[in-house]
Amino acid sequence: MANIAHVAEHTARDLIDHLPLLQVLVPFCTAPVIVLFGSRRFAWPLAFISSVISLVISVMLMMIVREGGYISYTLGGWAPPLGIEYRIDATNAFVLMLISTIGTLVLPFAYTSIKNEIRNRDHTLLYACWMLCFTGLLGMVATGDAFNVFVFLEISSLSTYVLVAQGASKDRRALTAAYDYLIMGTIGATFFVIGLGMLYMATGTLNLADLADRIANQGANRTVRSGFAFVIVGMGLKVAIFPLHLWLPKAYTFAPSAVTVFLSATATKAALYVVMRFVFSVYNPDFSFAKNTLEIIFLPLAIIAMFSASFVAVFQVNMKKMLAYSSIAQVGYMLLGIAILNEAGLTASLLHMFNHGFAKALLFMGAGVLVLKTGGSFYLQISGMGRKMPITSGAIVIGGLSLIGVPGTAGFLSKWLLVQAALERSADNSLFLVVALSIVLSSLLAVVYVWRIFEVLFLREADVLIPSSEAPIMMLIPMWILAGSCVWFGFSTDLLYDVANQAALNLLEGSMGMSGSILNLGMN
Amino acid sequence: MEFNSIDTITLIYCAMLFPVLAMAGNMAFSGAKNVRDTFTLLCAILTFFSVVMILYNVGNNVTEPVSLFNVFPGIDIAFNVEPLGLLFAIIASGLWILTHIYGVGYMRSNNEQHHARFFACFCIAISSVIGIAFASNMFTLFLFYEILTVSTYPLVAHKGTSESIRGARVYLSILIGTSIVLQLTAIIWTYVLTGTLDFTQGGILEGKISDWVVPILLALYAFGIGKAALMPFHKWLPAAMVAPTPVSALLHAVAVVKAGVFTMLKIGIYIFGIDFLSDTGASEWLMWLAAYSIIAASVIAMYQDNLKKRLAYSTISQLSYITLGMALANSMGALGGGMHIAMHAMGKITLFMCAGSIYVKYHKTEISEMSGLGRAMPITFLAFFIGALSIIGLPPLGGSWPKFLLIMGAINTEHYIIIAVLMLSSLLNVAYLMPIVGRAFFSSNLNSSVGKYNEAPILCWLPPAITAIGCIVLFFYAGILQDFLTPIIQK
Repeated sequence: MANIAHVAEHTARDLIDHLPLLQVLVPFCTAPVIVLFGSRRFAWPLAFISSVISLVISVMLMMIVREGGYISYTLGGWAPPLGIEYRIDATNAFVLMLISTIGTLVLPFAYTSIKNEIRNRDHTLLYACWMLCFTGLLGMVATGDAFNVFVFLEISSLSTYVLVAQGASKDRRALTAAYDYLIMGTIGATFFVIGLGMLYMATGTLNLADLADRIANQGANRTVRSGFAFVIVGMGLKVAIFPLHLWLPKAYTFAPSAVTVFLSATATKAALYVVMRFVFSVYNPDFSFAKNTLEIIFLPLAIIAMFSASFVAVFQVNMKKMLAYSSIAQVGYMLLGIAILNEAGLTASLLHMFNHGFAKALLFMGAGVLVLKTGGSFYLQISGMGRKMPITSGAIVIGGLSLIGVPGTAGFLSKWLLVQAALERSADNSLFLVVALSIVLSSLLAVVYVWRIFEVLFLREADVLIPSSEAPIMMLIPMWILAGSCVWFGFSTDLLYDVANQAALNLLEGSMGMSGSILNLGMN
Repeated sequence: MEFNSIDTITLIYCAMLFPVLAMAGNMAFSGAKNVRDTFTLLCAILTFFSVVMILYNVGNNVTEPVSLFNVFPGIDIAFNVEPLGLLFAIIASGLWILTHIYGVGYMRSNNEQHHARFFACFCIAISSVIGIAFASNMFTLFLFYEILTVSTYPLVAHKGTSESIRGARVYLSILIGTSIVLQLTAIIWTYVLTGTLDFTQGGILEGKISDWVVPILLALYAFGIGKAALMPFHKWLPAAMVAPTPVSALLHAVAVVKAGVFTMLKIGIYIFGIDFLSDTGASEWLMWLAAYSIIAASVIAMYQDNLKKRLAYSTISQLSYITLGMALANSMGALGGGMHIAMHAMGKITLFMCAGSIYVKYHKTEISEMSGLGRAMPITFLAFFIGALSIIGLPPLGGSWPKFLLIMGAINTEHYIIIAVLMLSSLLNVAYLMPIVGRAFFSSNLNSSVGKYNEAPILCWLPPAITAIGCIVLFFYAGILQDFLTPIIQK
């Protein structure tokens, strides 16, 4: 920590000092630029360049905070808690890196996919919305100000509704899916802002660190507790915590394939990060009501989600819909990691965000390629395609294995940690033996629904009218980068595990982790 | 010549990578069948050579683990050499050469489809078997254990008929189900209790676990290692018989099932520790269950008319010998179990290859249809006869020694009923194996076309003939084998 403390002394003049802001600002400015150019030819390159810049920034941020400590960036030089503060520590740098990695990898894939699925005249605006959604997700994670979280939540949500509705040019049901999502998402956002209002009323501040400080000092009164409930339920809708998940299957199924890839790997994760932040940093698990929420509400809900959503996924006949239900189940795993409430559990949860994001993005890309080739993602349409496009299907197999958590893939490590976390807790509470058992049992359901895809792709006869040709190289490259990562991160834990572990430690410090500045940046 | 440990680890990687190279070759030359199959043969020989070089380097010493990756604190992907694993690797890679030759003959004469995919998956399976053999901790072993399951699934489903897809589903669901739910839980539990998963002489659990948990943990392992086909999780093995015969011969008589019992021996010797098991008496129940499996599977085998199914049930019974050896929790039992890995492999692969030859030549799968075939295929049935005698455990064949050691082990621990079980099992083996030979040689066939000398192609009869001779040779070299394995039971 000490090695970077000296930076606090000098005034931010270099571009590098503005990284926390640039992380959000670059994609944010790209959106209007795309619209101003107004040309389909410039939209994609602009979006891609800005995503790459975001990725570079997030990696640089990660390098600074991976050993612990955090960067505090004050917007416009207004000191917190009056001004808005961006605060980057290992936890949100980790999530920022996930979002910008996926955002960058999806765009090459999206180029062909969107060309195929969406009318030409909508492309420019679609990429603008894409950038706004990207901005919103990054902003939600980067900011250290509660109201700012709400603002970015709305930016990402509103643009998401538009993106989902774009699926209408292929299937009109995308409109109702987007409408459902709009209603649910708005309810969620409203709950969230009501919660913030209560917190503001009780504490008089909106800065997350300051909130944590004041709640810790004054203890939890009824307003603070109600605020907690509203915030969790509101954000829970975006996370798709069971039973607040109803919008998700339809939105993922009918949205354009590229949009689904992007959302499935990022949107729920960003929201889940906010939940973690509130549960661990703003409130403190030491508060009995926060702990009870975790153990009495989150834990059973997570387990129910793991089983019921997986069970529903088994009976789907549409690959995209099956993957959507699987996402709900996988959110259950992440939630469970939080609810187990120890270091291994939180690490598992954070690691699973990344691992699941990669695997699910890969699988949805696979579904997108199949849609491109066969016109749909129903099992009947895609049967036998494994023999016709072995390179694409090979990547799908790796993604599927990682989703199951077969050893040698990234998914295995997060599942391992989750079981380990539950078994560690079982030493003092034998109920956690049941939790450990339910984790491994529910992953059997994942075997069933993933294996159905494999059987459909490889063992059924293909439609003779579909020519055997591979996906375009622009789609194959991101797929195989993801597939390679799924395997690589199944062995090498240097990067992800260590950072996730550091992030978990940060969170477990509770509200203490929010105080004491390490690195101040800003326009003083 | 002097070799240091780095050379040995390089050889381990070579032994694991040559099969992978062979797989890549199969995919690259999927069109040119002669190039492809010769290349694979070459890789198989190189794999075997690497393993033999390891033997030459370290003999029956135990080497220090060398880590490839650090995964979690205290957990590495790491490899080392110890006698039991080396023995297993020698058997698997040596028999791979023969099986590959046999497999080429079988697949070509039988007009099977998708040769390249078939041999490619075969190679991955072999590579993971080598990984299992040289794994120096339970995490690494589990990694390759699961890769083995996944890579053999396409082989079982190879024919693509609804029957083979059904068989493959049973295969996968039992193997993956038991390994994820039971074995993985057991492994992580072990890690939480001890903070390590390294295979250590004398075990790692002693003093870190309360006595009542030991039988539970052992049960999680014993049932979780589905590949050991301990009843009631044995159904996958008969289901896997829908695969082409080379798969049944190498994988489902040698590599996969031996990986199961090998894992069983490993956890018994290096995780729990033989002395710890015998002190706590935790493996007592496992011994009786294994005894039950031995008898029950033999009885079921008697009622199978399908030759490969009968052999599969025979395998289930024979695998339980090895589990029994571990559960006896003394040095004789462990030695007998270790030795049985080699002896049973040699015998059973002979039987399966003969069954495949019969199918190639006459398309007969049912024992009742094989009357008189012995006169047409004398070499095949002679090899079958020798293999069967070795399985029964009669001298002068290799299979007699492990049975002898197991009986010694049972006497040492004063389990006289187990001796009776072993004797009864030998009689049952006679009852279900000898009639096949008898029927083939001595009963006449109504079909007049059968009866003249009409052997299977040379690629199909030569490999079983070699392994049959191997069964005889092993009888005379059993002493060397026993000395070789002795370090595993030293304190």
